[in-house]
Amino acid sequence: MTGRTKSSGGPAEGDMAARTEHSSGSDEDNMAARKKSPGAPDEDDMTDPCAPTTTAEPTAAHATGSGLDARLVVDRGTFRLDVTLTAAPGDVVALLGPNGAGKTTALRALAGLAPLTDGHLRLDGTALDRVPPESRPVGVVFQDYLLFPHLSALDNVAFGPRCRGANKAQARARAAAWLERMGLADHAGAKPRRLSGGQAQRVALARALATNPRLLLLDEPLAALDARTRLEVRAQLRRHLAEFEAVAVLVTHDPLDAMVLADRLVVVEEGRVVQEGGPADIARRPRTDYIAQLVGLNLYGGQADGHTVRLDAGPAITTTEDLSGPVFVAFPPSAVTLYGERPGGSSARNLWRCEVAGLETHGDQIRVDLTGALPLAADLTTVAAAELGLHPGAPVWATVKATQTHAYPA
Amino acid sequence: MRKSDAPRTGARTVPVPLLVPALVGLAFLLLPLIALLVRAPWSGLPDQLTSPEVWQALRLSLLCATSATLLSLVVGVPLAWLLARTEFPGRGFVRALVTLPLVLPPVVGGVALLLAFGRNGVVGQWLDAWFGITLPFTTTGVILAETFVAMPFLVISVEGTLRAADPRFEEAATTLGASRFTAFRRVTLPLIAPGIAAGAVLAWARALGEFGATITFAGNFPGRTQTMPLAVYLALQNDPAAAIALSLVLLAVSIAVLAGLRDRWMRAT
Repeated sequence: MTGRTKSSGGPAEGDMAARTEHSSGSDEDNMAARKKSPGAPDEDDMTDPCAPTTTAEPTAAHATGSGLDARLVVDRGTFRLDVTLTAAPGDVVALLGPNGAGKTTALRALAGLAPLTDGHLRLDGTALDRVPPESRPVGVVFQDYLLFPHLSALDNVAFGPRCRGANKAQARARAAAWLERMGLADHAGAKPRRLSGGQAQRVALARALATNPRLLLLDEPLAALDARTRLEVRAQLRRHLAEFEAVAVLVTHDPLDAMVLADRLVVVEEGRVVQEGGPADIARRPRTDYIAQLVGLNLYGGQADGHTVRLDAGPAITTTEDLSGPVFVAFPPSAVTLYGERPGGSSARNLWRCEVAGLETHGDQIRVDLTGALPLAADLTTVAAAELGLHPGAPVWATVKATQTHAYPA
Repeated sequence: MRKSDAPRTGARTVPVPLLVPALVGLAFLLLPLIALLVRAPWSGLPDQLTSPEVWQALRLSLLCATSATLLSLVVGVPLAWLLARTEFPGRGFVRALVTLPLVLPPVVGGVALLLAFGRNGVVGQWLDAWFGITLPFTTTGVILAETFVAMPFLVISVEGTLRAADPRFEEAATTLGASRFTAFRRVTLPLIAPGIAAGAVLAWARALGEFGATITFAGNFPGRTQTMPLAVYLALQNDPAAAIALSLVLLAVSIAVLAGLRDRWMRAT
């Protein structure tokens, strides 16, 4: 994936700065991580006024391991969420899924805002199931940030430390350091409504981090931003997440956000985990239609027998992989070639007669939805589409080269 | 707005069946007030208003209405929060009970207060026996009567504001380590302050004009329980000019309250 190395630092409690030094990455992220501005809140704040009140501080529980270990079961009417999540310190896990899949419910359960029906939740070896949200060492960046509108950016960030026992001056000093680190020192006095979307996002992140959480939760962190800001904020957020030494879980329905920001993706559909793995793996080997659509692949299930896969959808397809048993076959829409007439020659084995169901522009290409022998999506240039005279209902022949398909065990 | 000038359709004119009743209604509301101004004994007014009786009644009215408002705030805001933010069995019923004084004839409220806090009342007999506290026919009684009638205005107003306020701000505060009470105090309260202020003004105005419950529960003793409305009513029997003068004072106070409300809390809506 992104070639990002992270400090999967030891479980030892202690100095955040020291732990960051352990990180062995050589890429930009970690360079950035080392170049923290002086006075950043990481050295002094470990004499942490929060510590006494974060009741879930791991004590003798190290034996049970650090990081996140959770099975979240939440019943909500007819909907049941049942997902298992584990992550080591330094991991960034993305919960990816369509709207209504239960991602946000999972996040709320982690934060203690939604009670667990069943399952367990352990963070750094401490059970959090019964710990009220205000005592959990968890920071949350909400989708629309929920910055307190009556407080300045500084006081928003100082709110957490203040609630966790710091006096006013300490809390403000710490908040100022965090804002500085986020590049927002000039906006400390601004009320949230005067901040741009990107700035508000960073204030929200600073506010969540200012309590030194052992688990950082981000709910659709980029959804509220317009496309241009999004690009920039995504890069910043990636850097901040890389610096963060504890577990981060983010929820998104945007595969790009998930793949850029997270080390590991957990795909949730209808309350269940349907696939998890590294972004590259998920992108290459989708296991559900939803993911296939997200990453832009044609995906079919079938039974393999050597180089031939008998698809559940009907026809057979020839692949390069030699497999047997249940498999998935995936290929990109750009691998599909369309013909107006049945092409001559004998080599095209993966040849199907289809009918155009719909057309749409997709970047500088035309995405053609086909029904017929095999429902599939094909990408072709505008010129090619015009030459073929494509229109809904038009009959076409579609071929895919075996070398451009990818089969893998189901 | 040049565009709207061009097609002059009839769609923008007000239909007569609506316009006429509307104007009648407006006139009905305004005429009595105009009459009050027309018949006011303007020449004798300075004397009327500087009489010690008027000042006594006005001072007592302001004191009692303000005290009743404060009392309503202290218990009414938490009550509104409870109704808006928590789930408990019979909440709808409790809500209906809270709003009951809004529709209950104030005299009935006064009788009920007597039965509760009167010398032989359900609670009053114990207050009397144990602490020697007597509430009816005292200034405290006036404050209680006014609170009984005015507090629902505050509760309803604050509850509405609370329901409109995003409860997720409280959740955000909670994830930052704030207890529910801290979240209420430091986040919710500032957010709903305009609603509380509007509710307080409504309650204050209602308390200032309170008549029925007050006269029933607290009686009509000048300097002790005779508030402005009682003074107006009494003056009407033997000194109409004084009654008009007193009414003018209350009208002026009401207009001042309305002006304050409009400028600060009831903009736009």
